[in-house]
Amino acid sequence: MDLQIQARIKELAEQIGGEKIVVLLGAAEPDSASIAAETVTLGDPTYAGTLAGVPLGLSVYHIVEPEIKAEVAPNVYEEQIAMMEMVLDVDRLTAEVSKMRQEGSKF
Amino acid sequence: MPVIKGVAYSLVHAPNILFHNGSTQAMERIKNPNSEYFPKLRNQLRSFDAAVGYAPNQAYIGNIALGDLKAIPRPWYDKSLEKASRFGKFGEIMPEDEFYGLIKIVDSFDLVILEAGFSADVKAKLEKHELIGDVNLARLGAGKDAAEIQKLVGAHTAEGLYIGDRLVGCVRQAHEVDETLSAHVMLENLVTKASSALVVLQLLRNSGINPTDVDYIIECSEEACGDMNQRGGGNFAKAIGEIAGLVNANGCDVRGFCAGPSHALLNAASLVKSGVFENVVVVGGGAVAKLGMNGKDQVAKNMPALEDVLGTFALLISKNDGVNPYIRMDVIGKHNIGTGASPQQVMKALVVDPLTKLGRKITDIDCYSVEMQNPELTEPAGAGNVPEANYKMIAALAVMAGEIGRPDIPAFGEKHGLPGFAPTQGHIPSGVPVLGYVREQMLAGKINSMMMVGKGSLFLGRMTNLFDGLSLVIEKNPGVQEEGPQLNKETVRQMVAEALRDLAQGLK
Repeated sequence: MDLQIQARIKELAEQIGGEKIVVLLGAAEPDSASIAAETVTLGDPTYAGTLAGVPLGLSVYHIVEPEIKAEVAPNVYEEQIAMMEMVLDVDRLTAEVSKMRQEGSKF
Repeated sequence: MPVIKGVAYSLVHAPNILFHNGSTQAMERIKNPNSEYFPKLRNQLRSFDAAVGYAPNQAYIGNIALGDLKAIPRPWYDKSLEKASRFGKFGEIMPEDEFYGLIKIVDSFDLVILEAGFSADVKAKLEKHELIGDVNLARLGAGKDAAEIQKLVGAHTAEGLYIGDRLVGCVRQAHEVDETLSAHVMLENLVTKASSALVVLQLLRNSGINPTDVDYIIECSEEACGDMNQRGGGNFAKAIGEIAGLVNANGCDVRGFCAGPSHALLNAASLVKSGVFENVVVVGGGAVAKLGMNGKDQVAKNMPALEDVLGTFALLISKNDGVNPYIRMDVIGKHNIGTGASPQQVMKALVVDPLTKLGRKITDIDCYSVEMQNPELTEPAGAGNVPEANYKMIAALAVMAGEIGRPDIPAFGEKHGLPGFAPTQGHIPSGVPVLGYVREQMLAGKINSMMMVGKGSLFLGRMTNLFDGLSLVIEKNPGVQEEGPQLNKETVRQMVAEALRDLAQGLK
């Protein structure tokens, strides 16, 4: 995850509290999504950014996960996400991100 | 309609520039000068022969067709093509030592110094080069002592030019304080200028156009040349044209991150369509910063450092000749400011909207050229197979439009797509690298229509979160050279008669 984005997420968590934040991912590759999810839960696994060794434990989802889809108006989802839902490996993305959420989310 | 009258595509093998000046390496050197990455990277750099034998590079310079590349099983990097050649019908793969000589030749401000022995060796090689042989070889000069070069590099007032461990030259800073004229920036800009000049010379040869017939040059590389008072003042276009002998041309630089070439092509085609100019050259040179961009991931996976070539291209856009493929100007796909940034909205704006306007289906277009990055360069870094993902997106739009079924998505890419093969040089993969292949296929009557989709990530410049993109439809020329009604005595007489008749009708 981009180092500056890591810094912004840390700052937001400190300002408004981790319990009020949900991180929504859009990464296309399951491996990248997994690293991003790990970064905002257990900490940056690459040890390159601000979140290295900082387990924020945030709630994190991928946009294609069923919990998020249920929250979005169907017509909006159809207009904005339906194409990518057909393109992406939804099962693997869901598995990777939900695994990190279960392991590292505090909220 | 404006036509694509000529193409040229070349690469420069630049493993030492990668090692010393690529942005990934430069950042690592600042943060962690003793990093274990550097000795590993050094071991993973490819030889010139390996880069020439690499199938995607042979496809880039036109020695193998893209359809044939698709048939070669991956990985490509562990095998060398038997009939590989430095020279191809689109251009060449230039070795780094000759390229250093070319940098010296194009240097207008005495910033480049080559070591005397090295300079003599390179001169002997360039004298034999079909295109460089007659161009300003005297500008190579006699060269200087190695000690003098070492002193400048040691004082951090110059960037070294290396062949392995040997320091063979340097590029000096052009100002003591101005960062936009630092040695690093001057090296980047001179590389862009030199590689662009090479590919424009190749375009002149390939197209057969007289250099004096070129009216305008639109340059669309990745760098900005200027000074601290105007960072991107410009202009590379005229600097390149000066080297290539385009004495009757003016020009400008156009930028748009990876979408730069699409904007340049649209501008060039518009100038020709409007009749302002007859012959416009579009040129994009190599980007030093992106050499070895994913090097850490490739080295970690024990692969060669594959991003070791600078990519270049040049196109000649001319008035309709009744032969060459033409660019449709009646419908342009464009990502508007209000389009939104979701991939679906972007692709709808670039693919569906223009085709709807034309009354065509997505499946009516024979071939789509998207972001054509070589997947071997991006997959190790977790970015996946970029062209394949793009083809899936277009196929998904076709599913949503009811043109194909969902199980047909993989087959859509096979039928309407091409394999990724371009180096990750930012602007180079974005739509344009396929034009050489497609132009040939159209001239041979094998492809009738293509859509070139260029996309760019404007948010990288931190001025806006907007995305960007342009798409152009290119078609086989039906052979009609003349456009519009011919004005002669007879047509004028008819027009006057019709106007009088309308007037008479109005008076009734």
